[in-house]
Amino acid sequence: MAFALTPEGEREVDELLTRYPERRASLLPVLWLCQRQNGWISSEVVDYVSQRLDLSTATVRGVVTFYTMFFEEPVGENVVWVCRTLSCDLRGGKAIQDHLENKLGCTAGHTSSDGKFTLLKAECLAACGQAPMVQINDRYYENLDVEILDRIIEAHVTRGAEAAADEFSTHATFGAPSKAPISTAPPPPSPEAVRLASQPPPAPEPVGDES
Amino acid sequence: MSNPTKPLLTARYGIAESWKIANAERAGAYQVAKRALTSIEPAKLKDEVKNANIRGRGGAGFPAGVKWGFLNPGPNDQVYLVINADESEPGTFKDRSIMDLDPHRLIEGAIISCYAIGSHVAYIYVRGELASSVTRLEDAIADARKAGYLGARPFGVDHEIEIHVHTGAGAYICGEETALLNSLEGRRGEPRLKPPFPAVKGVFGMPTIVNNVETIAVVPDVIDMGGDAWSALSRLPADGGVRLYGVSGHVRNPGLFEAPVGITMRELIYDYAGGMLAGRPLKAVIPGGSSTPVLDPRRLVDAPGEDQPLHAWHGKSEIDVPMGVDTYRALGTMLGTCCAIVMDDTVNMVEACRNLMRFYKHESCGQCTPCREGTGWLVDVLNNLCAGRGKPEDVDLLVDISNNMMGNTICAFADGTAMPLLGFVQKFRDEFIDAAHNGLPSDVRHDHSVRREVEKVA
Ligand SMILES: Cc1cc2nc3c(=O)[nH]c(=O)nc-3n(C[C@H](O)[C@H](O)[C@H](O)COP(=O)(O)O)c2cc1C
Ligand code: FES
Repeated sequence: MAFALTPEGEREVDELLTRYPERRASLLPVLWLCQRQNGWISSEVVDYVSQRLDLSTATVRGVVTFYTMFFEEPVGENVVWVCRTLSCDLRGGKAIQDHLENKLGCTAGHTSSDGKFTLLKAECLAACGQAPMVQINDRYYENLDVEILDRIIEAHVTRGAEAAADEFSTHATFGAPSKAPISTAPPPPSPEAVRLASQPPPAPEPVGDES
Repeated sequence: MSNPTKPLLTARYGIAESWKIANAERAGAYQVAKRALTSIEPAKLKDEVKNANIRGRGGAGFPAGVKWGFLNPGPNDQVYLVINADESEPGTFKDRSIMDLDPHRLIEGAIISCYAIGSHVAYIYVRGELASSVTRLEDAIADARKAGYLGARPFGVDHEIEIHVHTGAGAYICGEETALLNSLEGRRGEPRLKPPFPAVKGVFGMPTIVNNVETIAVVPDVIDMGGDAWSALSRLPADGGVRLYGVSGHVRNPGLFEAPVGITMRELIYDYAGGMLAGRPLKAVIPGGSSTPVLDPRRLVDAPGEDQPLHAWHGKSEIDVPMGVDTYRALGTMLGTCCAIVMDDTVNMVEACRNLMRFYKHESCGQCTPCREGTGWLVDVLNNLCAGRGKPEDVDLLVDISNNMMGNTICAFADGTAMPLLGFVQKFRDEFIDAAHNGLPSDVRHDHSVRREVEKVA
């Protein structure tokens, strides 16, 4: 079935076109509008966008495939992105992913059998100071542990994404000290002490010449 | 503690609903923009930015005033300001705080900057994942327009300024400035050959200044205090002001801190971030986003010659060198985005390195062969090492691949992959050799220190 934006969406496209001196520049925002309405970028969406912006379907498809957030196939009702880049992994990213896989009954890259959740692995989402974290749809959920995560997932099931976001989703924060226990380990000893502890000063190491 | 100065950049972060225009204005927002547009010449504004010695906050540390000086538009040229809010460098989470907690500071900075460089349109390119930051920014822009600070006559001055938010759609490479420009034009986010540099031929073929969010967000303070005074807040020469420092990983208080340029990593970790998580020593720290080579606190600065830039820190630990663009370059790493990833002694460096290299493999745009193939090859070799299928020669192979990636590609992505890899291998070679002989233990993971809390194990 052919795809078309709602009249309101059409008006948004008209407004978007005024923001740029070239028509093509509104391609990403228009794709976003379509994905929000349709859930994913089907070939009907590609046809629609290419006509609306006067671009070849190959051009539109080339752009769609470049960006990870444009879905090239249908996804579940909610999309859960679990961040597994280093800062999150240092704070339990793997534990969060494992828990989600158990709870949703599907591994990353798949959709739960009830169609409610698609679970995807994400790269760093610029929330590293509040790790571990997940993105669900277009909101962030940070400083997670498995209990909070359970409540967030339950809320999506029972009350819907918007209510869940209102209760649990997070923005950047500043200056909220954590409850973590204070280190009993001393800071690294002063450099002099380290050297005495039989650590030779590093020789300048020309990278690549080592064997 | 390192005599913290009065907060500037974060001064409004703590205010209730600080992102709303009324609250921001009650705390001083838009005063400087009003003064700048109504009573200061653009050339004078540019001078102040130059005197402030703002080193670009997006990672490369290029002086903002010098970059602005490259503009030389023709009579029919439209100059664009493009603000880089792609924030995707692993470990980096500072620009998001500006957009979420004080969007009006960014808008005020953009207004002053547009006026200074003769631009009428600014685009803020925000990574697609940060949808809630986009909402805050768009609301803030609408309110600023309503208040008469944007539009045809901002503050009643005859210099039209419009700011548009442009949302990306998931691609780290779009943080690279020319990839960003392509993405803004509705293309695949593939970096462009330079020259021409954006200041000569940027978005829509026009002269364009690309600056990071934080770079633009400090402009109001620079104009308010004067460039020299703002620069002098720093502890280092030619690298001015205050900046946002981030800390993630195994510290007690991960998060963001504002401090002068030039505090040390030791101060950042132990004074600002509350020290290490219980019972664990610091093993390594990636200083400024994943592309910056790792620091090892056991290693000492070796600069015996008086003419060496780090001579003043000769014999001290790497983490005792002040954090600056030039000092960190001299140290063989980079200050990058100034957001540190802190690792305790439970972390295996081969596995940490593999985590990051998987990121680069995933994010390489694929244009240049050394990068597309090199990132994949690095991951293959690391996978073999981790799985116990490796040989000691593989460690040299990693070095070899990296050396062949650097400098051989259109953009700095490949260097940003190779440099941290070389850092890991150079500083933690023992662990790589050990992996080559024994593989990694089957329970290798990064979160031993916090796992019980995350999994809520009683
Ligand atoms: C692979 C790569 C990714 C980058 N990502 C970002 C980014 O997310 N944000 C950013 O501001 N700069 C990023 N940069 C740096 C930009 O190319 C550019 O130098 C910067 O936006 C200029 O602004 P500044 O001078 O104010 O720092 C990246 C560079 C490279 C090579
Ligand atoms: S590593 Fe997960 S948000 Fe940065």
